[in-house]
Amino acid sequence: MNALSRRKFLKITGFTAGAAAAGTAALRATGVLQPPAPERGTRTVPTSCDICFWKCGAIAHVRDGELWKIEGNPLDPLSEGRLCPRGTGGIGAHFDPDRLRSPLMRKHLRGEEEWVEVTWDEAFDFIAKKMTAIKEQHGPEAVALFSHGIGGNFLKHMIKAYGSPNITAPSFAQCRGPRDVGFRLTFGEDVSSPERTDIRNARCLVLIGSHLGENMHNTQVQEFADAVGNGATVIVADPRFSIAASKAKYYLPVKPGTDIALLLAWMHVIVTEGLYDKEYVAAHGFGFEQFAASLAPFTPAWAYPETGIEPSVIEATAREMAAHKPSTLVHPGRHATWYGDDAQRSRAIALLNALLGSWGRKGGFYTPVSMDVPGYPYPEYPKSERGKVDNPGHKYPFAHETITTGIREATLTGQPYPVKGWWVYATNLIHALPNEAETIKAIQNLDLMVVVDVIPSEIAGWADVVLPESVYLERHDDLNVEWFREPFIALRQPVVPSPHEQKPNWWIAKSMAERLGLGAYFPWKDIEEYFQHRLTAAGLSYERLKKDGIIRGVKQPVYFAEGVTPTFPTPSGKIEFMSPQLQQAGFDPVPVYHRPPPAPPGSYRLLFGRSPVHSFSRTQSNRILSDMMPENEVWVNTDIARRHGLTHGQYVRLKNQDGVVSNRVRVKVTERIRPECVYIVHGFGHTARGLHHAAGKGASDAQLITRYATDPLMGGTAMNMNFVTFEPAEA
Amino acid sequence: MARYAMAIDTVRCVGCMDCVAACKTENGVPEGYDRDWITYESTGQFPTLHMEIRSERCNHCDDPPCVGCCPCGASHIHERGGVVLVHHDKCSGCKACIAACPYDARFIHPDGYADKCTFCIHRVEAGKDPACVAVCPTHCMHFGDLEDPHSEVSRILASRNSHALVPAAGTKPQIFYLR
Ligand code: SF4
Ligand code: SF4
Ligand code: SF4
Repeated sequence: MNALSRRKFLKITGFTAGAAAAGTAALRATGVLQPPAPERGTRTVPTSCDICFWKCGAIAHVRDGELWKIEGNPLDPLSEGRLCPRGTGGIGAHFDPDRLRSPLMRKHLRGEEEWVEVTWDEAFDFIAKKMTAIKEQHGPEAVALFSHGIGGNFLKHMIKAYGSPNITAPSFAQCRGPRDVGFRLTFGEDVSSPERTDIRNARCLVLIGSHLGENMHNTQVQEFADAVGNGATVIVADPRFSIAASKAKYYLPVKPGTDIALLLAWMHVIVTEGLYDKEYVAAHGFGFEQFAASLAPFTPAWAYPETGIEPSVIEATAREMAAHKPSTLVHPGRHATWYGDDAQRSRAIALLNALLGSWGRKGGFYTPVSMDVPGYPYPEYPKSERGKVDNPGHKYPFAHETITTGIREATLTGQPYPVKGWWVYATNLIHALPNEAETIKAIQNLDLMVVVDVIPSEIAGWADVVLPESVYLERHDDLNVEWFREPFIALRQPVVPSPHEQKPNWWIAKSMAERLGLGAYFPWKDIEEYFQHRLTAAGLSYERLKKDGIIRGVKQPVYFAEGVTPTFPTPSGKIEFMSPQLQQAGFDPVPVYHRPPPAPPGSYRLLFGRSPVHSFSRTQSNRILSDMMPENEVWVNTDIARRHGLTHGQYVRLKNQDGVVSNRVRVKVTERIRPECVYIVHGFGHTARGLHHAAGKGASDAQLITRYATDPLMGGTAMNMNFVTFEPAEA
Repeated sequence: MARYAMAIDTVRCVGCMDCVAACKTENGVPEGYDRDWITYESTGQFPTLHMEIRSERCNHCDDPPCVGCCPCGASHIHERGGVVLVHHDKCSGCKACIAACPYDARFIHPDGYADKCTFCIHRVEAGKDPACVAVCPTHCMHFGDLEDPHSEVSRILASRNSHALVPAAGTKPQIFYLR
């Protein structure tokens, strides 16, 4: 877009000149803010960001008593003093006029979003009564907690104290689960978060669908820019010409769902040409011969019609990877739930890295380290006789975390035992889980549904009780004892008070536990006493942490070459090229490619991803962030747009294979995507009534994801399985 | 005399808009307006594409038509660094400068005056980088004095290829894009 049309764009996207200024004065005029404190001058408070769960260290500036801006904390190893755009715009969360203000209880039916404001005492009493009844009738396991991010730590503690092991987050079965399972099956360890990827030192970086730069996990993007700036070879395979693709030496416009074919062909080249790290494989590999033999049929010529990538390009990129080994990083990705064979695809990625010898090596995968900060000495949790509800009979044998959709299933069916209560913390399940109808149906079976959130999200609309949490700039959260390339701990602490009745999670959890007779599990007076205790036990100073926000530990070796002992906690104690575990469980012991079913004629595969200025579905009402991206667009290839008579900027609705029709969304006519798919940024198309600003803007991918495939290894829900057509929409 | 300028590395820039967000909070830019913005310029046909991503703003032109055309003496060149600024209290909001600027860098602030990027002169005079430069997670922006051959901008511009926008307009823009 050139400068001139930019102004026009601002006009057509409905920005109205002179409309509500983001300035705090305007917000005060509308009654959102309390009158300013008499405080004068500027002060700073170190804390940590919570716009995503990366938890970058930040320094908030308060001017004349009012939150002004937030910058990175130079002491923080994650951000190195520079927040991402979401973090920079994070103060908008504090000023958001749509945020939840006081506890709410529903008036009539669930989902009607008709509320009565209640006091915290009334809310807690109601919940305690229900939880006590559920425990008596169905046992404590019948209450489940969905919780995302460090903010939920004390709620998790409360639910464990109550006696339920059913605690889960969509980050496993809807996101990174298949990746961690694939890597664990191969190397014995997860990639984890923050990813142990040494992007900064990579000489060759391979991204398969990972859209760094749009996906804005700060450390990774900073390191990506360093790698690009240092002249590393970037290879990107993606059906969409992403930002990362624009930095690549090789852009491979792979057909959606054919990544395993590409990976097999790459490995075929590297093995048949003898380009792998022979010493590394000999020292650490298990079952290499069988694996190598299995690759024989998967020539680049075989992969060509599957992937659409020319054999010469497959060969050239494979050789380039090998030329830079072991500093070639084949990035494992993060959101990996795509086609249902995702754990196997992730295993193929792990195996390609293993061939290149990058695990444990500089420019590949480092070994994360952390500081030793003992936990608080709580009484032991009650032991559950029945175990977790999400994965009966270990149907998904390699699920090593709790499956959200397994809990949803149990709630629907009552099997293996009934689930009667949900607590939901900071995760908008309507947008996060596939097939919202199933979620809503499951909720109908509940005796209690509690949502803790900062905004009136869609999931909050289905609650019996909504508890308003303070935003991160107004609260303490648990200590962050991070696992990273160097050890450190970080604090989140309040910068300004909450404007209304909002409360921090630790207070909510502690108050709730006391109502449930579980006060013994919260023996500390307040969270600062808890910090004092843990830090003293670790020989660290809470005063210093309060002042600096971060305490860095002593650097430790993170590569094999620096003295880290190579250990692979798999059953064989080696890198499992061929996996006896998979074989015993009846799965392919080496990755196998299955061609994805084609799109029904005349429809397009719906792909989705991220914007650098939004986190999930939780930031669209943040006025600073929404100002930069108020709605999403559907990316349509130029030829396809022409075929359907679509013009750039016009509104359409998307209709999926099951007849679900989206909210209206603008068309982005672009060369930057393959013709057989369309793409939207996740998190838009809000419908919650209380999200006055965000509701009705853009389309929701989640709404269109009525179909999903379940990964048989670990229960992940693959979501790139839906197809859409274009429907007219009013302008 | 100093001549402030920016060199922005389009190879590193990922178009994340952090520079936009930082400007908004630092300078209290009202909702619906931007002093800086991102242009994603892609050329070619799928899949043979090229894209240049640019963080754009007022070019603090050496020969700024927005200053010459101002009937109120509001639009002016600051005493230091050639920074082009607007005296808010003198500005009548007549929009002559908006018409004169070839870069669409200016807008009328809801309070009635012409507004735009100030190179964060309040920060620069306090010895800091502009907010956008300081925040950029990819470290792709460099700010400094072109008169000083040892400054980071001078050195980087001497060692890398760069281009400015709309040179034909003849305004001598001072934002340079490295490629
Ligand atoms: S990556 Fe961005 S949003 Fe996430 S914690 Fe860091 S600054 Fe905040
Ligand atoms: S903050 Fe830096 S990387 Fe992000 S868009 Fe601006 S200039 Fe580019
Ligand atoms: S970019 Fe426009 S507003 Fe800025 S100095 Fe040049 S002409 Fe004036």
